[in-house]
Amino acid sequence: MSILINKNSKIVVQGITGRSGLFHTQQCRDYGSKIVAGVTPGKGGIHIEGIPVFNTVDEAVRYTGANVSMIFVPPPAAADAILEAVDAGLELAVCITEGIPVRDMVPVKRVIQGSKTRLVGPNCPGVITPGECKVGIMPGYIHKQGKIGVVSRSGTLTYEAVKQITEAGLGQSTCVGIGGDPIIGMQFIDVLKLFNDDKDTEAVFMIGEIGGGAEEEAAYWIKENMKKPVASFIAGVTAPPGKRMGHAGAIITGGKGKAEDKIRTLSECGVVVSTSPTKMGAAMLEALGKK
Amino acid sequence: MNIHEYQAKEILSSYGIPVPRGRVALTSDQVERAAKEMGGRCVIKAQIYAGGRGKAGGVRLVHHPEQAQDYGKELFGKRLVTPQTGPEGLKVRRILVEEAVEIAREFYLSITLDRSTSRYCLIASAEGGVDIEEVAQKSPEKIHVLTIDPFTGLRPYQARKIALALGLSGTLCEDCVELMLNLYRVLLEKDCSLVEINPLVVTRAGWLMAMDAKINFDDNAIFRHREYPDMMDYSQLDTLEINAGKYDLSYIKLSGNIGCMVNGAGLAMATLDVLKECGGEPANFLDVGGGATREKVAEAFKIILEDSDVKGVFVNIFGGIMRCDVIAQGIIEAASEVHCTLPIVVRMDGSKVEEGKHLLLESGLNVQTADSLGEGAERIVKMLG
Repeated sequence: MSILINKNSKIVVQGITGRSGLFHTQQCRDYGSKIVAGVTPGKGGIHIEGIPVFNTVDEAVRYTGANVSMIFVPPPAAADAILEAVDAGLELAVCITEGIPVRDMVPVKRVIQGSKTRLVGPNCPGVITPGECKVGIMPGYIHKQGKIGVVSRSGTLTYEAVKQITEAGLGQSTCVGIGGDPIIGMQFIDVLKLFNDDKDTEAVFMIGEIGGGAEEEAAYWIKENMKKPVASFIAGVTAPPGKRMGHAGAIITGGKGKAEDKIRTLSECGVVVSTSPTKMGAAMLEALGKK
Repeated sequence: MNIHEYQAKEILSSYGIPVPRGRVALTSDQVERAAKEMGGRCVIKAQIYAGGRGKAGGVRLVHHPEQAQDYGKELFGKRLVTPQTGPEGLKVRRILVEEAVEIAREFYLSITLDRSTSRYCLIASAEGGVDIEEVAQKSPEKIHVLTIDPFTGLRPYQARKIALALGLSGTLCEDCVELMLNLYRVLLEKDCSLVEINPLVVTRAGWLMAMDAKINFDDNAIFRHREYPDMMDYSQLDTLEINAGKYDLSYIKLSGNIGCMVNGAGLAMATLDVLKECGGEPANFLDVGGGATREKVAEAFKIILEDSDVKGVFVNIFGGIMRCDVIAQGIIEAASEVHCTLPIVVRMDGSKVEEGKHLLLESGLNVQTADSLGEGAERIVKMLG
């Protein structure tokens, strides 16, 4: 087992005819993901790389039985693409698109909250269940099948963590990049809940960043509910306050969202926090009691 | 994206929110003329991209046009240092000259995104004109927060409750309701990440007025607002930050001597953390974006080398799907073009790592490669010894 996606997931790619949409569609298919359809309004009826393209998600679902969407639609139309995936009743929508305006995402989040669709992202690397299915832009080769669940707000830092976990001799059940935007679908806690209930996940690694209060909320939830060991790393210990470090999320303001506070709260809640980004794999082993 | 106070006030005014009469001046003579127009007695306000100007001497009440001119001379070109600017401060290039208004009461009012609910929220307090975060910490009961449902928007009855809680009554209460609804329209229609009026005042004459205003635009929504780039005051930004922006790179100047080029914000922060752990001091934070391309890497490299504080460069690229040999070519191209002799340490991961390393080592540059994040950080710190 795993969470969110597995070898039976049938994927529709929204924005499949765009440059990065097509490139990553091929990468995911090479990894073994079942890409059953693409959607690009106005291009319905053609085939691209042997994949049938539809005008709407609804059509794609009706003809192919797709249950997961991977979204590469550019920012001006991305919010609409997410809503369309929800309307078509998909179980999971993974939005890779970076740069969606907040004003567009506020109503999207409101709709998601009352729907059966789970949203991962936007502005995220996606989801991967090693050896089975990849829905996203992460490099497949660093992953290894195993029992560690990984959840992260970051992109490339997740790759670094996964690589260290793999090098520590551990594999991953599923890795979820929840994205670094101010408004995202699934939060740390939503993913932790799934890992907690997944019998193939033995422990969890959580990667956080400065800014906001999501890591603290997750820490309290872990203390109350988590049955499995958790290790973590928080990036930005040395970031100067008030500076915006790329991600909308990575900003410290008015003493809130500091790395030290997050690290202290996580430690107090029983999470093994890696003191250095070079020791993430070691922290995972420590949490498992293997070191 | 930031804009100046006077620009924020122009926007508020166009939505029917009353602001003091004022003029922007670019020279001290213009300050004098504007002061005359206001009747001599007026407020001089330095326009910089930071708050806390009052305590730093950037805001002053003057009584004669000559006094206004003198103060203008003193302010123009001066670097104002406030708690929000950093030690180097920000240069004053524009001054807002405003009519002096007699104030009876002061409030705080803003609308921004509440990340914990993923909704916009209106924040109001009868403790205006001060540091609102301090009020929030010391006496949270004095802060009124209203979460706005995006499906209904801000409703008049909700705004009325807030206005009443601020102690307003009668027509003033209804005026405040209208002002709040207009402020919400500004937020939505202009794609703002923050609209803030601090203080919102009741004048002695009994009117509501926005005495100070701050608006931040959502950088992701600039494509919907063609006029925004022209509103930007580039004198308020670091020149290297401006160049980086042109290539969609995220660059922040820091105080050390190691230039850092990394892909992805989280990995970039982690890289700074490791460098400091090894005793190094990063000169910058440069994020070329998750999907680093050859062109971006080349541009980023040139930007780093333009900073004379940089004595060595640490490149940490987790390319993943991006090929490392292509990234290496970008580095070699840029470094050769600017005749770079500084020590460089490159840590790359992704496909074709060995080919990439080989290219770098054959390039004749002063370059070393590393296999892991920790090894790379240690190496560059040692090379700068």
